[in-house]
Amino acid sequence: MGVGETVLETSAISKKFGSLEVARDVSIALPRGARHALIGPNGAGKTTLINLITGQIKPDSGRIALEGMDITGLPVAARVRRGLTRTFQINTLFPDLTPIEAVTLAVCEREEISSQFWRPLTAQTAAIDEAFGILKQLRLADVATQTTRHLAYGQQRLLEIALALATRPKVLLLDEPAAGVPKDESAMLFNVISALPEDMTILFIEHDMSIVFRFATQIIVLVSGGVLVEAPPDEVRNDERVREVYLGHSHAH
Amino acid sequence: MSDSTVPASNPPSGPPSNPHDWLRRQRRWSWYEIGFWVLAFVPFFFFPTYLTLASSIAITALFALSVDLVLGYAGIITLGHAMFFGLGAYSAGLITKAGWGEPLTGLLMAGAFAAFIGFLSSFIIVRVQHLALLMITLGLGFLTEELANTMSWLTGGTDGLQGVDVWPVFNTFEFDLWGYTAYSYALAVLFIGLLVARRIVHSSFGLSLRGVRENLTRMPAIGSPYRRHLQIVYTISAGMAGIAGALLTHTTETVSLDSLSFQRSADVVVMLILGGTGRLYGAILGAVIFMVARDQLADMNPQYWYFWIGLLLMAVVLFMPNGILGGLARLVKGRG
Repeated sequence: MGVGETVLETSAISKKFGSLEVARDVSIALPRGARHALIGPNGAGKTTLINLITGQIKPDSGRIALEGMDITGLPVAARVRRGLTRTFQINTLFPDLTPIEAVTLAVCEREEISSQFWRPLTAQTAAIDEAFGILKQLRLADVATQTTRHLAYGQQRLLEIALALATRPKVLLLDEPAAGVPKDESAMLFNVISALPEDMTILFIEHDMSIVFRFATQIIVLVSGGVLVEAPPDEVRNDERVREVYLGHSHAH
Repeated sequence: MSDSTVPASNPPSGPPSNPHDWLRRQRRWSWYEIGFWVLAFVPFFFFPTYLTLASSIAITALFALSVDLVLGYAGIITLGHAMFFGLGAYSAGLITKAGWGEPLTGLLMAGAFAAFIGFLSSFIIVRVQHLALLMITLGLGFLTEELANTMSWLTGGTDGLQGVDVWPVFNTFEFDLWGYTAYSYALAVLFIGLLVARRIVHSSFGLSLRGVRENLTRMPAIGSPYRRHLQIVYTISAGMAGIAGALLTHTTETVSLDSLSFQRSADVVVMLILGGTGRLYGAILGAVIFMVARDQLADMNPQYWYFWIGLLLMAVVLFMPNGILGGLARLVKGRG
């Protein structure tokens, strides 16, 4: 399981939208190198939890710590610069940029050279090389100079991850990386994900249980905003409560 | 621009050998650009009676270029940019009235002042979006115009600023009635403005601006301090608009409230939409079309010439969503 020191920790974070409780006392801890899956029925608050951790939404109560440092009050970009990065369930890309431009942009932002308005982009050779390396790693090198809006959907999903990798994350939160991707392609996508550096801490949301059981070393089951179970795959597979939630859910609808 | 003056024909599209080559190709000078600047000299030889018009076109084009930086590249919609044009115009005029008529330093001082005010207002600008942004820019424009109107002891109010005395450019070229000096001066400054704008949009900073325009949500998620980027570009743009305003003062030797008017702010946006946003030359082409159309149509029918601009604007928006230059680029690409 590769248990190490805790890199990311939430302590009892809660959030209400009106009377709707979208996060209820959520306490999770991700050790370095984690491959945790976050599962749960629709509306369980999985994306909301990622939004809370990355700072798109502020919690009503509770704390979030990254490498022991309280980041609860930090804005999104500051968390990213400290190594906490996410991808989006719905493609959140730069439609008119090419992948090489988009990833170079992300590298330049990380290196804090993006305010240099007098130096030609072409002179930032190290950033361009690094960006191209990331695109190669994600099998996007062939389409590096095509406009993003013209890429195949699966390639756009990969670019989502490429942009996140360019920030050099310590913790990577993947919000349904394979959303909308055909089954055979999604396996490929997860192969790419599992090839990421071992010391990178990863939490991913995924609906396909075969993928979850194959790639996760620990599974967090979220129901109505609260953590129902957190356990290794084998335990979760045989957990009565989890089965009830999923079966009950499918019976009810 | 020492490293980007080599002209290159438009290479055929296709997968490049490496990303560096492709990126380098994006910032090369095309034959179209060079052709444009050659054409810019035509008025000297064939339309000498239109040099005054040509000079006001060049000034307006520089103003439109400054707006393209914020609107076309960074996606900041503004209806108040005349405020910086006017601030530049008035400060250039006041500098000459204070006894310093040297145009080049006057230009720089006026630009610096407009940039300073641009920097101050950028703190509000980057905090709002969409309709609120439109209203803030509009409101700031109104404020500035009314301030200039009220402070008539300084600005001359509705009579405008009289007694502007500009020295010859380089102490040699007197501003003449025909507009030879005026057009040369305005064209040269426009060219420098374009070089600066070109340099900016082809930097990593320019790439960040396009990122802001393309997806504001993603920018913080890749760790971008995008508000700072927006403040920088807004400041630069304000300075450039101020220089355009100062050019108008220098070439016409008067300043009127009209330089700060909402009309001017709106017109420049219309020019950008006509020419095409986010392409630099779209701003220039839009200014040329708008100003020539106004000149020609106003002769025929001075009161109703906006009718034709309205018609043209609607036609462009409906049939050429990327502006006239965008439409032309597509035609050329389609044939190639």
